[in-house]
Amino acid sequence: MTSRSPWLVLKWVAIAVALALVLWGAGKFAAAGNLPMVILLGFLGLAILAIYATRRAVPMKYLFPGLVFLLALQVWPIVFTLMTSLTNYGDGHMETKEASVKYLVAQSVKEVPDAPRYTMSVGVAQGGDVTTSPLVLLLTDKAGKTYVGSTDGVKDLTDGVTKNDAGKITAATGYQVLTGREVNARSKDLSALAVPFEGGGIKPSGLSEAFVGKASLQYDAAADRIIDTATGKRYGPQHAQWVAEDGSGSLATGWVENVGLRNYTDALTNETLRNGFVKILIWNLIFPLISVLSTFLLGMAFALLFNDDRVRGKGLWRSLLILPYALPGFVTALVWRQMFNQDQQFGLINKTLHLNIDWLGDPTWAKVAILITNLWLGFPYMFLICTGALQAIPSDVKEAAKIDGASGMRTIRSIIMPLVLVAVGPLLVASYAFNFNNFALIYLLTSGGPFEGNQTQVGSTDLLITYAFRLAIGGVTPNYGFAAAISMFIFVIIAIISLQGFRQTARLEDVN
Amino acid sequence: MSITSSAAGSPASSGKDTPIKPVKAGRQRDPYGWLRYVAIALALVFALFPIWFIVAAAINPAGNLNTTQWLPNGLSLGNYGDLTDARPFWSWYKNTLIIAGFGSLFAVFIGVCAAYAFSRLRFAGRRPGLMTLLLIQMFPSLLTFVALLRMFGDLGDVIPQIGFNTAAGLILAYLGGAMGGNVWLLKGYFDTVPKELDEAAKVDGASHARIFFTITMPLITPILVTVGMIQFIGLFNEFLLASVFLRDVDSQTLGVGLNALLTADRNKYFGAFCVGAVLASAPIVLLYLAFQKQLVGGLTAGSVK
Repeated sequence: MTSRSPWLVLKWVAIAVALALVLWGAGKFAAAGNLPMVILLGFLGLAILAIYATRRAVPMKYLFPGLVFLLALQVWPIVFTLMTSLTNYGDGHMETKEASVKYLVAQSVKEVPDAPRYTMSVGVAQGGDVTTSPLVLLLTDKAGKTYVGSTDGVKDLTDGVTKNDAGKITAATGYQVLTGREVNARSKDLSALAVPFEGGGIKPSGLSEAFVGKASLQYDAAADRIIDTATGKRYGPQHAQWVAEDGSGSLATGWVENVGLRNYTDALTNETLRNGFVKILIWNLIFPLISVLSTFLLGMAFALLFNDDRVRGKGLWRSLLILPYALPGFVTALVWRQMFNQDQQFGLINKTLHLNIDWLGDPTWAKVAILITNLWLGFPYMFLICTGALQAIPSDVKEAAKIDGASGMRTIRSIIMPLVLVAVGPLLVASYAFNFNNFALIYLLTSGGPFEGNQTQVGSTDLLITYAFRLAIGGVTPNYGFAAAISMFIFVIIAIISLQGFRQTARLEDVN
Repeated sequence: MSITSSAAGSPASSGKDTPIKPVKAGRQRDPYGWLRYVAIALALVFALFPIWFIVAAAINPAGNLNTTQWLPNGLSLGNYGDLTDARPFWSWYKNTLIIAGFGSLFAVFIGVCAAYAFSRLRFAGRRPGLMTLLLIQMFPSLLTFVALLRMFGDLGDVIPQIGFNTAAGLILAYLGGAMGGNVWLLKGYFDTVPKELDEAAKVDGASHARIFFTITMPLITPILVTVGMIQFIGLFNEFLLASVFLRDVDSQTLGVGLNALLTADRNKYFGAFCVGAVLASAPIVLLYLAFQKQLVGGLTAGSVK
C-alpha cells in the first residue's frame, strides 16, 4: 500500500488544480455577468469531483477529458454552425433588433450649438486587448465630474480616477487608458463610437474631446418605427432591416433574424447563388477524383518500378522520393505558386519550358496547375501505401502467374492491381474525402481564383470550403449564415462519401 | 481475394521451391536494366526539382531578382538577414513548436485514455460511442471555423489568456478533435496487446490506473510515438484555424507568417521566404527520414495527407 500513496497524492493534486482552474474561469465569467457560462463551469466542476474523487464510473475517468473537449469544441460548434445556418447572421446583421435601434439612434447624433463638451480620454476594460476590445470614453465635464461612456450608456466614474492638469483622465480603476498612438491606431473604431445619452448621444470630436448632441433619428416604440426628425422619413422593420416607408432605401444596420431554410433554398434556387454553388460543387467533385487517380497511378507506377529486386540502393531512392511528402504543405503550395508565375523572370516553369502560359490567371490552366501541384504533393503517399501493398502480396502468387504463361503487363493487370486495390481501396476513399476539403492547397496556390466577370465571389478553382471561407471572413460583406449553410452541405456530402467508403472496410464490423 | 486463394492452391506454390526462384535468374539477365535506372532517375528529378529550386533560391545572393535560376550565383546568407530583419521569424518558429508540441502531447494523452477505455473496459454505450465518434469525425472540424471564431472571440473578451493571438487558445481549439482523431488507431493497437497481462496484474491487486500507466502504456510506446508524430506534423502544417486565430504578427505560426510575408511582396521576399521554408521544413523532413517505417505504418492505418 505504501507504493500507492505518491500516486494518490498526485491524483488529488490534479483534481485540485483542475477545480481551481474551473473556479478561476467561473469567477471571470461571473465578473463579466455571463450566468450560463458560470452554471456550465459549475457543472463541469461537479462532474470532475463526481468522476475522479469517487471509485465509481471507471470508464468515464478515461473518457472524460476527451469528451469535454469533443462536446465543447466539436459538437457544440457543429450545433452552432447549424443554428447560424438558419439565420441571416452577417454584415449589418450582427446584433439584436433593440441593439440596432440603439446603435442607429446614437449614430445619428449631430452636435447642437452651445451643448456641453467633455474632455475625453479613450480606454478599454481592464485586461482587454487594446487593439480589439470595445472602446469606452472616459469623460470629464466642465465642473470636473467624471463619467465613463460605452455603447451601453453613461455611468458615473469615481474609483481610482487620476486626472492631469487639463482635466483629462489618465487612470481609473477597471479601465486601461490608451496612449495617443494606440488611440490613433483605432481612430476608425473611435469615429464609429457613439454613447447613448438622454435621447441623444455623446460622440468623440477629435481625439481628446467629446460633445453631447441630439439624435436626428428617433424610435417610436409603440408604432415600431424609426423616424428621421430632419426629413420626416419613417422606417419600418422589414426582412431584418429598417426600410423607408416611401421606398427610398434602408438604414445600414439591421439585426439577426431567423430565416429558416432560406440560406439552403437560396443556394439551390437563387439564380446567381445557385450558378456559383453548382459550378463550385462540380469542380469540387472532379478535383479530388482526378487528384486521387493521378496520384495513385503515378505512385503505383513508381512503386512497381522501385519494388524490383534488381534495383540497387532502393532504400536511399525511396527516402528521396518521399521528400515532397515530408515538406510542410504550406511551403509546397507557396513555392509552386511562384513557379507557375507567368512572368518569365520569376516563373520557373514557363522559363524552363519556354512557354507563356497564364497558369494562375486562366480558369482552365489554373485548374491544371492545381492538379499538377497536388500530383507532386500526393504521389509519395500513394507510392508508400502501394509499396506496402505490393510487398504484402505473396511471391508465389506472382510465380503461379508466370508459370501459367502470363506476361509482365498481364500479371500487373490481372493479379497485382486487384490485390493492391483491395488493400488500398479504403485509403483511396479517405484520400478523396481529404482532398474534398483541401483548403490549404487551394487557398495558398490560387486563393480560389481567377475570378471571371466582374464578381469576386465565385472563383474558378474554388472548393466549397474556400468559398465558405471567403463568404465568412474573406470578403467585405461577411455572410456567416450562408457560409454556415455551405458548411452543412459539405458535411452531408462528405458523410455520404465516407460512409460508403468505410462500409467497404471491415473497420465497422470489427468492433467487439 | 478469390485470386489469392485459387493461386495459393495451385501446384506451383505448394512446394517450398525457393532455390529456383526466377528472381535470381532475372538478376543475371535484365535486358532493360539501364531503362529501369533512367526511369528511376526521371522519377527522382520529378520529386526533387522543386526542392532543389527552394534550396537554390535560399542561398542565392541575388535572391529577389533571379529566382528562376537553376544554379545559384554563389553562396550567401543575405536572404537570411532579409528574413529576420523583416519578420520575427524565430518567434514564429517558437510558436509553431509550442503549438504543435503541446497540442500533439495533449492530443495523444486524451486519445490514449479514450482508446484504453474503448479497448479494455466494458460499459453501456461503448459501441454506439465509437460509431458516433466516427460520424462526428466526418464533419471536418475546419468547417466549424465560423463557430470557433465567434466562441473564442467571446471567450477571449473574458479570459484573454485563451483568446485570439494566444498559443493556448489555438491549442484548445485543436483539442476538440483529439479524441475522435486518434482513438481508432490507438484502440486497434491496444487490442493487439494481450489481455492476460492486465488480468494478471488485476489478480495481484493493482488498480485500473496502475495497470494503465505502468503496464499497458509502456507496451504501446511505439504507437504512441507514431501517433504523436503524425499529430505533430499535422499541427505543424495546419493553416486555416491558425490564420484566423493568430492575427498579431508576433503570435503567428510559420505557415501563417511565411504566407503573409509572400503576400506582402511576392518577388521581393521570395529569397527570404525560401530560407524560411528550408528552416521550417528541416524538423519535419528529419522526423520523416528518421521514423519512416513507423510513420508509414501509422499513416496507412489512419490519417491521410
